[in-house]
Amino acid sequence: MSIKVNTLSKRYGAQWAVNAISFSVSPGEIVGFLGPNGAGKSTTMKILAGFIPQTAGDVTMCGLDLKEHSLEIRKKVGYLPENNPLYLDMYVAEFLLFSAELAGVKNTRTALEKAIELTQIVDERKKKIGQLSKGYRQRVGLAHALIHDPSILILDEPSSGLDPNQAIEMRSVIKQLGTEKTILLSTHIMQEVEAMCGRVIILDQGKIIADDTLIGLKKTAKGQSLEDIFRNLTNHVGSI
Amino acid sequence: MWAVFKKEIRSFLGSFIAYIVMGVFLLITGLFIWVIEGTNVMDIGLANMQVLFNIAPYILIFLVSAITMRSLSEEKRLGTIEILSTRPVSDFSILMGKYLAALGLIVFTLLPTLFYYYTISTLADPLQGTDIGATWSSYFGLILLAASYASIGLFASALSDNQIVSLVVSMVLCFFWYGILGLLGDIKALDTIGKSLGWFGLDFHYKSISRGVFDTRDLLYFLGFIASFIGASKLVFESRKW
Repeated sequence: MSIKVNTLSKRYGAQWAVNAISFSVSPGEIVGFLGPNGAGKSTTMKILAGFIPQTAGDVTMCGLDLKEHSLEIRKKVGYLPENNPLYLDMYVAEFLLFSAELAGVKNTRTALEKAIELTQIVDERKKKIGQLSKGYRQRVGLAHALIHDPSILILDEPSSGLDPNQAIEMRSVIKQLGTEKTILLSTHIMQEVEAMCGRVIILDQGKIIADDTLIGLKKTAKGQSLEDIFRNLTNHVGSI
Repeated sequence: MWAVFKKEIRSFLGSFIAYIVMGVFLLITGLFIWVIEGTNVMDIGLANMQVLFNIAPYILIFLVSAITMRSLSEEKRLGTIEILSTRPVSDFSILMGKYLAALGLIVFTLLPTLFYYYTISTLADPLQGTDIGATWSSYFGLILLAASYASIGLFASALSDNQIVSLVVSMVLCFFWYGILGLLGDIKALDTIGKSLGWFGLDFHYKSISRGVFDTRDLLYFLGFIASFIGASKLVFESRKW
């Protein structure tokens, strides 16, 4: 198993953002993380990326325990945070070289070339990140996440704010990456899930309410669209 | 750690503030040494740099705070802290990279003041009549003082995601540890309490080193001071994990 999460919980103050969730992701799988805002998707991803620790539960990644081998695991994980924060005053190549060096990459130049080619930002390498459009910034963020050739990618809303063309390009890049890496991505766009993910995990109020393959989900929902399934599972207003 | 160090230096030198801050520092110290009546070297008539070492601690409060204010607060404001601390580097290395970068920049700003030393030493009668030992030990004291300020600045920067808040907090804390405690130590009425409060201040140890008396207790005080504030910064920086 690439990622194995066992009764993972996270509490902020009195509120449980993530409440005893368990799931696992096999190598080479692209898993979509779905759920309304505030369901605990980003919190879970932040824990997996090693940014914040869990309150309870265990996470094993690449066979290592996250609590004990945090630094070791971070070498194997690439993370694109929500809203894609970047150093706006740095140049693209400068930033990615810095990022590679931080990740402990030996040959940073080669890693840079590979990453910018994969994310198609070769022509932007000498531009300042602050000058780039949102779509290109997102690619820089993705290049940052994969510059050290991680075996696991955690992408928090990789296509948010992109125009349809950029979103489709982003999807094709991710799909291409998925052939050799384990990817966990969150999104609100249902077509994206259908286009990329083999499996879907739906979170709501810190709990997993569905964990199935796309085909399996549709079968149990008797042919409903993914959007309808999502609405039925997570729309609390309608049920009152 | 060195990746962070290099990035900090580069981004600071790439910003306009860097040159303003450094320029202002050199301008003010230059004015005091050469121009302002009553404090300039000609008026005092002594070929030494005492003026610089007397006013530099106060100007450094501003200089150092301005250098350190953005180091952590900007990361928090932009959210880049998330891409930085999810890389395989420990929080301590990130902090040390940032701290050492600030310290490097401060030393770099102090370097041009060596020209003042050169000029003054050629003015001395007899030539080379300046007290070399006292000058070097004063520089050493000044760097230790600046290093202490930088640790305060790092701590202040960890507290807030607003640079200006960090700047003000850092300046107030530096002024307290240097100025206020130093003043308390001088108040006769406070007697031993005042003296022991003064001992906790930076001024007491800075003056002691500047005098040219090399006492390991002073050195230990500075190292302990810096370590405490870096430790406090680490605590605040990691508060996201609580």
